[in-house]
Amino acid sequence: MSRPVLITGGRLLDPSQELDVPGSLLIRDGRIEACGPGIAGPDDAEVVDVDGLVVAPGFIDVHVHFREPGGEHKETIESGARSAAAGGFTTVWTMPNTDPPIDDPAAVGFVRGAGERAGGARVYPVGAASRGLQGEKMTEVGELVAAGAVAVSDDGNPIWNAGLLRRLLEYTQTFGIPVLQHAEDTELSCGGVMNEGKVATALGLRGVPNAAESGMVARDCYIAELTGGHLHVCHVSTREAVEQVRRAKECGAHVTAEVTPHHLALTEDAVHGYRTEAKMNPPLRTEEDRESLLDALVDGTIDVIATDHAPHHYEEKEREFDDAPFGVVGLETALGVVMGELVESGRLSLGAIVDRLSCAPARIMGLDVGTLRQGARGDIVVFDPAERWTVDASTFESRSRNTPFVRKELVGRVRATWVGGEPRYELPKEVSPVREGAPRYVGQGSV
Amino acid sequence: MTATTTNGGADGLGLGKDLTGLQHLTRDQIEGILDTAEPFKEISERRIKKVPVLRGKTIVNLFLEPSTRTRISFEFAEKRLSADTVNIASSGSSVEKGESLVDTARNLEAMRIDMVVIRHGSSGAAQFLADRIPSNVINAGDGPHEHPTQALLDLLTIRDRFGSIAGRRVCIVGDVRHSRVARSDIWGLLRCGAEVAVCGPKTLIPMGIEELGVTVISRVEEAIEWAEVLYVLRLQLERMDAGFVPSLREYNRVFGVSRARLERAPEDIAVLHPGPMNRGVEIDSDVADGPWSLILPQVTNGVAVRMAVLYLLAGGSPERAESAKEARE
Repeated sequence: MSRPVLITGGRLLDPSQELDVPGSLLIRDGRIEACGPGIAGPDDAEVVDVDGLVVAPGFIDVHVHFREPGGEHKETIESGARSAAAGGFTTVWTMPNTDPPIDDPAAVGFVRGAGERAGGARVYPVGAASRGLQGEKMTEVGELVAAGAVAVSDDGNPIWNAGLLRRLLEYTQTFGIPVLQHAEDTELSCGGVMNEGKVATALGLRGVPNAAESGMVARDCYIAELTGGHLHVCHVSTREAVEQVRRAKECGAHVTAEVTPHHLALTEDAVHGYRTEAKMNPPLRTEEDRESLLDALVDGTIDVIATDHAPHHYEEKEREFDDAPFGVVGLETALGVVMGELVESGRLSLGAIVDRLSCAPARIMGLDVGTLRQGARGDIVVFDPAERWTVDASTFESRSRNTPFVRKELVGRVRATWVGGEPRYELPKEVSPVREGAPRYVGQGSV
Repeated sequence: MTATTTNGGADGLGLGKDLTGLQHLTRDQIEGILDTAEPFKEISERRIKKVPVLRGKTIVNLFLEPSTRTRISFEFAEKRLSADTVNIASSGSSVEKGESLVDTARNLEAMRIDMVVIRHGSSGAAQFLADRIPSNVINAGDGPHEHPTQALLDLLTIRDRFGSIAGRRVCIVGDVRHSRVARSDIWGLLRCGAEVAVCGPKTLIPMGIEELGVTVISRVEEAIEWAEVLYVLRLQLERMDAGFVPSLREYNRVFGVSRARLERAPEDIAVLHPGPMNRGVEIDSDVADGPWSLILPQVTNGVAVRMAVLYLLAGGSPERAESAKEARE
């Protein structure tokens, strides 16, 4: 077993136990042994002084695409897991729409194994909800769970067959896992490449109306209510879908929802100039929708932030807007983007941000992470909440660079990440020199 | 010859390197192009239809979508200005073998060309190309986005007929949703001070069109009552299969521009159409061939407008157009 680690001099921020105090954190044998002011480590502990930086439970992203198998030029499980750690994420759920898709136990085992070898964030596979993601026959959900799947989804495609969704929401209850739904009525989105409305009309691009999402979310929520199963609505983008989720929750349905940093920060205006790095599904919507998403994240209607990290190779995005693939990377910019939108504007406290990125995903998905409590896994993020930095995609750990935040100034930067007490990421000094008088990550063994 | 030959910007109108659309042009720029087209009209009426304005220039007509009228109109404009031209169509080219647009462009550039005229099925393709090569790029239609030279020739035709564009009431009738012509005409007409309306089945009117500054008229009879100019769009036959309209017959009955409907117009009304027409669908033959029609003058003006655009992007100025035209070999 590795030596115990004592992280000292930090601001311990853990909304799961309403903790926000200066203090230290001791990790032994991969688990948190003690956390609070005045904690001392054993003599053999490695001591890491973080000099005033925030120490929080590692972030959890329940929606990423790592492209392996089949799309390794975009991202591998290893590069994705490292990208996650660089963004402060210690747990990620990978979607099954790879080639071939993750729809049998062997494939689930492959992702699990590659994730364990990756040396980044913990990687948990989401299994396909239907065989071959075809939306027809249910996969062997029990076998997938036994092999290590944590949820099922056809993400990339909606589970459009209402009968299948009903059976899934019933059947998954045996295993206590959620069904993650990409809500899109493809008859309404019908080849659309951006939000329907003024901008699409002016640019001559086919639009996707809000109703393509909200109609599906409404239907799904009623099926969740009917069955009692756990429906998790992926990447909510419209104000009408927010209303549907709110209504379902009020009725007691087991419905949870996520929102991406890019939908919180950007609108359809980002597409002007045919910028393919602003092309994703669901599309960026209007300011009215964005405001509604921010409100929903504040009031808890939307439970968590998830990135929908969707890497694509440069040459795939470097083409006509119609032909470019949907998706943006998000792991390494998530904290900075959401802090800029929510903390800077005073809408959410720093603690609430940590909640939506860590404690809330653990809570809604029933994971034993997302907390600094004694006995929890030693999954830790250390970040500087005040650092302003400019996004330079060439420094990403991800294999892909398709971010709409290129050259944008963000506030809040991850300095280091531990998974199970093991250091998995440290911001290279040459990328961000320590500023005079600012809180700093001093590093191991320097005390 | 008098035209200077640097790529980009020395045109006196500040058009820049490319013409990708009318949305971002000013009224002065649009009217400047139309004014420049005036002296060029006459070249096509000569016995020897050739002046050396673009001698030594190499122009590629990159038509990655079928086109007859626009391609030939550009080609005449280029040839009458003495440019050397090459035509590329998607079938039989490397594009058909899967070459990306950016690679096609770079390869053309490596052969040292001066201008590209591009027609492409995807919106934004002309801008995409313009951002990546130093040659002048002229948009000859990109998806349903823009078709600026078509709108310029429409504006010139309206100006010829009415003396001015400002204050004219123009209604665009038909498949506005899929029409690059409609969008370019809307920007151009609004910029020049016209009032613009659109009319058609709601399935073919795109969301948010009012926010561009036009009004929506739901019945063609009302459009005819209101408008001085009726701009009739082609109804592509595949729209019926896609379920936007139930049948061509019904489309003609409800939205077709017919003699009977025009005869009820309160005043003289001019009818334009970008071609190719579906006679008996969006427009009846006795309208297309009748006294209302400006359809053939549009085609004639197309060559002059394209000459003006080529000349200006090659560095010419509106004031020098007359003398440039008279230059001899």
